[in-house]
Amino acid sequence: MKYMALIYIDPSRMTPPDSPEFGKMMSGYREANETYQRDGVYVSGDALQAASTATTIRVRDGRTESMDGPFTETKEQLAGFYILDCASLDDAIRYAALIPGAAHGAVEIRPIMVFDR
Amino acid sequence: MVLPGIAAAVDALMRADGGRLLAHLVGAVRDFQLAEDSLQDALESALHHWSRNGLPRSPPAWVMQTARRKAIDRLRRSASFRAKSAEIAHLIDLDAHAADWTEPEPIADERLKLIFTCCQPAIDRKTAVALTLRSVCGLKTEEVADAFLDAEPAMAQRLVRARHKIAKAGITYEVPGPEHWPARLESVLAVLYLMFNEGYASSDARYIRADLCDEAIRLARLLIDLCPAEAEPEGLLALMLLHHARRAGRLGADGGFLPLDSQDRSLWDRAEIADGVRLLEHALRRGRPGPYQLQAAIVAIHAEAPSFIETDWREIVLIYDVLIERDNNSVYRLNRAVALSFAETAAAALPLLDPLEESLGGYQPFHAAKADLLARAGRQEEARQAYTQAITLAAAPAERDFLRVKRDLI
Repeated sequence: MKYMALIYIDPSRMTPPDSPEFGKMMSGYREANETYQRDGVYVSGDALQAASTATTIRVRDGRTESMDGPFTETKEQLAGFYILDCASLDDAIRYAALIPGAAHGAVEIRPIMVFDR
Repeated sequence: MVLPGIAAAVDALMRADGGRLLAHLVGAVRDFQLAEDSLQDALESALHHWSRNGLPRSPPAWVMQTARRKAIDRLRRSASFRAKSAEIAHLIDLDAHAADWTEPEPIADERLKLIFTCCQPAIDRKTAVALTLRSVCGLKTEEVADAFLDAEPAMAQRLVRARHKIAKAGITYEVPGPEHWPARLESVLAVLYLMFNEGYASSDARYIRADLCDEAIRLARLLIDLCPAEAEPEGLLALMLLHHARRAGRLGADGGFLPLDSQDRSLWDRAEIADGVRLLEHALRRGRPGPYQLQAAIVAIHAEAPSFIETDWREIVLIYDVLIERDNNSVYRLNRAVALSFAETAAAALPLLDPLEESLGGYQPFHAAKADLLARAGRQEEARQAYTQAITLAAAPAERDFLRVKRDLI
């Protein structure tokens, strides 16, 4: 069963690339990735550019309206995601807990919908 | 027509065997909601058939077989009929080779699965309590709603949403493996203790919700039967029994709440205390003391003390030290400070409260405890203020009355 792990981070708490913690965080992601690969649960995963680069679109009456910025006003913003193929929610929780962002932000785990034929 | 005696028999059957029946059905149909719906269909059918023809030889077996057939009907009627053909074949097969479902071993296993499923940590705690009451204890939805003082439709919705999440989020219907076991067992114990507390420290202190306490105790006994090698379920049951044993002393003649120091200890149930202590000793001999065993040990000291003054407060402080070392929880630290105020002096304990202000500032018992320590340390004016703060935060009317009396006595 596939799960999407959506990583939400408060931008003010992101680790700057020139800080000493950055390497630690990246090695945390590397370790998570290795575990996912080794256990055969990895489907895909990526980090996203900052929410300030986002464009939100809505199609209304056939017209595409685009808006600068993300859809929500929440403090924590979507920063990256994984898709993991796990046997159960227990496993998905265990793997998602390895995402370094979970230690200061939040990771939402959602089962990916499967359409019956 | 439904005969009243038959309705009562169906209710009694559900109370006694509801959890077993449902557990077995979920195992057979592998779908929580479908199992629940089919069981309801079968009970409906039982009311009418039994009113006409009398009780069958084995009512649970009758309900089980009928529910299985109702599940087949429901699957056949469902929109995704073709997608379900494998499930239907499986059920028909089960029906043909129906094992004697009263075999004790596999059933025990099924019930354990049901408990672990209902108490999945990914299900909100209140919902987990409700789902456990409904599914494992066989309470009716309206009874579960009553237990939470909720409206029945809201509770029914909550239960449907939970079963939907179980189906869609990949919450497995199985006893967790060793890697998930400790966290999952902890969640089960937390749900049972929450159920007990919901009954014991009911927000309406006029009555202790005995039904919820009894269900929690019943489930803890079941859990011990199902996991005989674990120490913490025994610790939890001991903890609940030791609290429960003192229930008659907790409410005053006017229905108001009585604190430990003014309870009539002769009203405490000595037999139940002895049960709790025996169970706790059995658990502790396993050499794996956990938070429930340690909390039970504290309650046991209270339960066995001849009077409030003669309580072994030193020992209680020491047990809190162990609890805090494992889990630096502010409530443990508050309770330790209170115990220390009796082991030593209120003045010695007061400084321990300051660092807790931040985390417990919105917690009524914190202000009540602080008020008591201040009053005992001779700081009347501050004590009055702390009581006022506690009164503002108190949820139950009986609690507020009690705190007002304390404040006026200063």
